[in-house]
Parts: sequence; C-alpha cells; structure tokens
Amino acid sequence: MKGLVWLIPVLPFLGAFLNGVALRGRIPKQTAGWLAVAATGLACLLSIAVVGSYLASPEHDAHQPFELDVYTWVPAGLLELVGAEGAFAELTLSLGFLVDPLSSVMLLFVTFVGTLIHIYSVGYMAHEHGFQRYFTYLNLFMGAMLMLVLGNNYLVTFVGWEGVGLCSYLLIGFYYDQEFPPYAGRKAFIVNRIGDFGFMLGVLALASVFGTLRYSELFSSIAANPERAEAPFAMGLSVAGFVTLCLFLGATGKSAQIPLFVWLPDAMAGPTPVSALIHAATMVTAGVYMVARSNVLFQLASGTSTLVAIIGCLTAVMAATIAIAQTDIKKVLAYSTVSQLGYMFLACGVGAYSAAIFHVFTHAFFKALLFLGSGSVIHAMAGEQDMRRMGGLGKYLPVTYRTFLVGTVAIAGIPPLAGFFSKDEILAQTFAAGGGYRLLWLVGLLTAGLTACYMFRAVYLTFHGEFRGTAEERNHLHESPPVMTMPLVVLAVGAAVAGLVGIPPAITFHAADWNVFHHFLEPVIAHVAGHEPRGHLGLGLEWALIVVSVGVAVGGILLARRTWGGQVGLAQGEAWAARFPTAHRVLRNKYYVDEVYDATVVAGTWKLAHLLSRFDAGVIDGLVNFSRHFTVVAALLSGFFDRYVVDGLVNLVGLVLSQFSRVFRRVQTGLVSQYALVMAVGVLALVFAVVMLRSL
Amino acid sequence: MTEITSTHYVVLSFLLFSIGLLGILIRSNLIVVLMSIELVLNSVNLNLIAFSYQLSDLTGQVFAVFTICVAAGEAAVGLGILLALYRLRQTTQLDQGTELRG
Repeated sequence: MKGLVWLIPVLPFLGAFLNGVALRGRIPKQTAGWLAVAATGLACLLSIAVVGSYLASPEHDAHQPFELDVYTWVPAGLLELVGAEGAFAELTLSLGFLVDPLSSVMLLFVTFVGTLIHIYSVGYMAHEHGFQRYFTYLNLFMGAMLMLVLGNNYLVTFVGWEGVGLCSYLLIGFYYDQEFPPYAGRKAFIVNRIGDFGFMLGVLALASVFGTLRYSELFSSIAANPERAEAPFAMGLSVAGFVTLCLFLGATGKSAQIPLFVWLPDAMAGPTPVSALIHAATMVTAGVYMVARSNVLFQLASGTSTLVAIIGCLTAVMAATIAIAQTDIKKVLAYSTVSQLGYMFLACGVGAYSAAIFHVFTHAFFKALLFLGSGSVIHAMAGEQDMRRMGGLGKYLPVTYRTFLVGTVAIAGIPPLAGFFSKDEILAQTFAAGGGYRLLWLVGLLTAGLTACYMFRAVYLTFHGEFRGTAEERNHLHESPPVMTMPLVVLAVGAAVAGLVGIPPAITFHAADWNVFHHFLEPVIAHVAGHEPRGHLGLGLEWALIVVSVGVAVGGILLARRTWGGQVGLAQGEAWAARFPTAHRVLRNKYYVDEVYDATVVAGTWKLAHLLSRFDAGVIDGLVNFSRHFTVVAALLSGFFDRYVVDGLVNLVGLVLSQFSRVFRRVQTGLVSQYALVMAVGVLALVFAVVMLRSL
Repeated sequence: MTEITSTHYVVLSFLLFSIGLLGILIRSNLIVVLMSIELVLNSVNLNLIAFSYQLSDLTGQVFAVFTICVAAGEAAVGLGILLALYRLRQTTQLDQGTELRG
C-alpha cells in the first residue's frame, strides 16, 4: 500500500487538470466542486492507508523512512565537492517520495484539513463567479503542498515550495476584478520570492558541499560526521551556519516571519477558505516543516538557531500586539497566524522540533476552524469583515458561534484543548533552554496572554453585545448551510482533542508517558554528538510553568472580558483605546512596517527601476539608434561606391570596346576579293619574312 | 633542242600560279574567280609532279591526285555558292554581295 504514495499528490493534480483543462466550463458548478472534494478526499484516504501501512512496516520499527524513487529526474553527473580537495560525487536527483513520521504527520493533517476546507468551499463559494477556477487552484495547491511534504530531497520539496507559492498568488488575487487582491497577490509572490532566493542558495550550497540533496543520505552522513558541516564555508560562517541561514531566510518568507511577514495580512484579500487552508493551516507551516526537516543542520548551527528563536519570539509578540488593535476579523486572525508561526520558530530555535511540529499540527485545526468560522460570519454578513459593524451574532449563528468559541479557547491555551499542550510544550522547552532563553520565555508567555486577549476580543466584538449593523443586514443574517457547518464541527472536535496525542509527562506526574506525538517524531530528530538537547526540568517546575501559562491565558481572557465584554463592548474598548492614542495608532497601523518598507525597499526599487529605465532609454536605445544611423550612412557610402566605382569600371570596359570596334569594323568590307588580297599579301609577307630570316 | 628540266616546270608553274592569283584578286566575276582557283591548284599539281618525276618518288603524284579530288569538291561547293548567289541577286558579280560588311 505504501508503494502508492506517489498517487497522493497525483490525485489533486488530476483534479486540477480535470477542472482546469479537460472539463473546463463543461460541468455544472456543484459537480466541479464535488470533483475537487473527491480528489482531495481520496488523497486523504490514501494518505491514511499509506501511513497505516508504513506504521505496520519493518522500516518504521527500525526507525527508517520509506522511500520511493519514481524516476531519476536530474542525472547531473560528477561534481567536484567544495571544501574537500579533489573529492567528487555523482549528483543524481530523483523525483522521489519519503514517508517517515514527520511527513506522515504533515501528510495526514494537510489532507484532512484540506478535505474539510474543500467541502466548506463548496458552500462558501456557491454564489461566486469563477467557481471552477477556484477549485482548480485549490486542488493545484493541495498537489503542490503534498509534493513539498512528501519530497525525499530538497529539490522535490523546492518544487512544491514554489508550487504552493504560485497557488497562493493565484488565490490571493482570485477576485482579480477588484483593485486590492491582485496587488496583495503580487506582494505575496514577490516577498515569497525573496525568501525562495535564500532557500535556493542554501540548497545549492548543500549540493556543492555534500554532493547530494537526498534527506536520508545527507542527514545521516552529517550526523555521523559533523566535521564536514562545521568546516568554514563563506562569510565567516560554517557550512551548516551558511546553509541554515539561507534556509531560514526561505522560511521567513514562506512562514511570514520578521522581516518578510508583511505579505500574510494582505493575503486575506483572497477568499476566506483559502486563508484558512493556505494562509493559516498548511502552506505557511512549510517553513517550520523545512526547518524541522533540516534539524540536523540547525543543531550544528547554534548561531542560526538562536537567531531563529529570537526572530520567532519577536514575530510572535509583534504580531500579537498588532492583532489586538485590528478591526477586520480576518486581519486579527492573520496576525494571530503570524504570531503562532512565531511560536513554532521559537520552538525550532530552542531545538524543540517535535514541539514545533506539534504546534503546527494543533494550530492547523484551530486556525482553520477560526478562519472557516470567520468565513461563516462574513458569509452571513454578506461580505462585511469589520467587527465594528458586527456584534451579537451568537444568537443568529449558533453553530458558528460555538465552534468559533472552541477554536478561541484552544488557541488561548486553556486545557485540555489542543493549543494548551503544544504551546505549553514550546514554552516549557524554551524555559528549559536556560540562560538568555528565559527572556524569550517571558516574552512568549506575555504573547500567550495577548493571544487569549485578542482572540476573546474578537469573540466579544463579533458574537456578543448588540448588533451594530443596519436593519437590512440584520434581516440577511442566517446560519450557514450544513456543507459549511459540518467542517466547522469536525474541526472543532479536532481542535478540542488533537492535543491529547502530546500530553506532557508532567501531567501524570511521570506515572505514564502519553506523549505519543513526541515519541513518534523522535526518529526524525537526529542526535548529533556534542549537541545534545538541553536540560530537563524538575516536576515541580514543570507544573509551575503549566499553572503560570494557564494563569496568564485566563488573565488575558478576563482582560478581554473587562474591556470588550458586555452590551457596549465596542464603545468601552474604544474609550479604553483612546486613553493610549499613540500606542493605539501605532498598533492599528501595524508599527508602520508597510510604510517603512514602502519608503525604503519599494521606493528604492522604484528608483532603481527608473534609473535603469533611463539607462535603457538613454544608453542602450542610444547605442541601438546610433548603430542604425551608422548603418544607413555606411549603406549610402557603399551604394555610392557601387554605383560610381564598380559600375563605372564595368561601363568603361564596355565603352572602350564599343569605341574600338567602331574603328576596326571598317576592315570588314564584305568584298571577298579584298579579303583574298589581304590574305595573299599576308602570305607573301610571311614568305618574304621567312626567306629573309633564312638568308640572314 | 634543250632538255626540259625542273626549272622549266617550276617557271611554268610559277607563271600559272601568278596568272591564277591575279585572276582571283582582280576579277569580280565569280565564275572567273573559280576558274582562276583551278589554275592555281593545277600549277601546284604541275610542281608536285615535276618534282616527283625528278626525285623518282611517287608520293608527289599521289598528292596531285588528292589535289584533283579536293579541287573537284571545291568546284562543286564554289558552283553551289555561285548558284545561291545568282538566285538571290540575279548576278555573278562578287562586288554585289557585301552583306558581311562591318
């Protein structure tokens, strides 16, 4: 069964092909939607079967991955390795798939959440134009994401990486007839490209040093022999340092971290299910997946790891503070996503890779749930996204409200819902890292409180209090159809129980080890000599950390309740915000990061472009025009020469001949007797000459 | 009575040749010109035979026979041209046919 792993990405690609090419415009809307659902759903079932058969296989028992090479893609031939004098390696890149615990986890939740969001989309997009186009892109995205997750070398992952970026661009700009979405799509694409550049550099560096990009070979050889990876490479960095820095640049682009996070909030211009699937649950976690996949390298590069932790932590707190001042419900969720991704990178930075993936896993459930819930709200509000015009929706949208609440409690980190376990593990591991990481832990803890606060603010403003929209909007309010609420319910159950696979041992006072998730991922996390994981915490300390983080979360909730709860939540909150006008303005304007980028990077690029354009118009065009003028003049001269010199010579020859012939033709009198006379005289002359010469 | 020697033959041949050549050059009647050509050829024949006799070598006589044959062919062609000219111009005067004048 696991040999069918290649079929998993092929199914969504097939769906995209059918919807986008073969059956475009030939099948009714609903059929197109359910076709896409079927493609993803089958991929999901197949994933379960493949993972099941992998778990039952001897490879899994031996902690080995299952690999399937479909065909040799790039037989690049011999390559002289950098940093090893005279050593060559045969670089062969294959289109191959890899099933191991890490890709299994990613595979399962990507296909599962993806399927639910496909189902939800059938209802959500029912009234939209471009229905079939939407599902084509969505299936294409699933295929690319599965390539990314299943690839057994960096190149296949990179193909998926670029593919999801492309689909993200296509789906953000889905409403291409409006002004903002295409702009947001371009922004996402360009910012992602900056990161992809780093990814590519990292991968090329790896290939040039190790001569292979296959995960299994690469990581086992590095883990067995770390000296190669620790040798100096470029810019004063070791191989691992350089590569991880480049890969992390790629990750900041794809996973929206400082400094490349600016595209994700704007990506909310796409349809809401897209935000749920791509810009919350799956694609943006690709960076975390890639860092976790490359954990061997990151373990060897302590400097980069520290940077990862700091960037993650800063992103988490920055995005959380921005989220608290946003009024657009999707913007709140977008910054919340950025913030949660920051947590994941914090975990990667302190070496808690399984905790990072665990948070990816739980986050996929509750963030997809929250986005789909917000989609349901927006659906009911006929496109309105401003929370200031909502309020009191709880009684109109009971299912949406309850599931949204489950997601909110989960992200806030209240036990026993999913977010608690993953976030707590990250914070505990950060604390355990000791030293300066304690400061990061404190910031992370603060962010946890902020998370609870801004998420409950969103709940209070949206679902509690008085309805603040128009009467017409009030009449339009309705619960979404079952095709939309069913995924909400399933995801709510997931958000509630997904955390139970990773219960920390401290909960049971070390009596039982229920952290299945952690043990499952263990084979993927390499143990490099001299880079052992940091110290363990005592039982009491762990409990204290749990109590503190839950306490902070509850504190955040209570703060939100005091500020935005009640009948006049919005007015109360605005009055509170008015007390800190500067801080509020800065937060509402997202620290002016976009403005700063506009003034520096974007304006600089424009200036450079104008400069280059002027160079083009002045110098390049000038040269081209000069060569044109030169050619014209040269052609004139050459024509003159031809006409007067070459032709003149030819004519001169003709003229001379005709002038001479005018004289000599007189000889031809036509009188035979004259010819005979000339002949006779000639003969006589010859005879005379001969005789005279003889006699001499 | 002096014996007839080669010198006599050669002188006679020379006279015949000169008369023939003069005829070719100064007469404008094509018939006379053809007759003069025969005279020239026969003066050559006379020469050939005279020397053949003197040198007791038959080659000269054989050559004379050849010359007579060639002269016959030449006369036929010449008379053909004469007839063609006459048909065209109703004359046998050579100075009437100057079409090839440059």
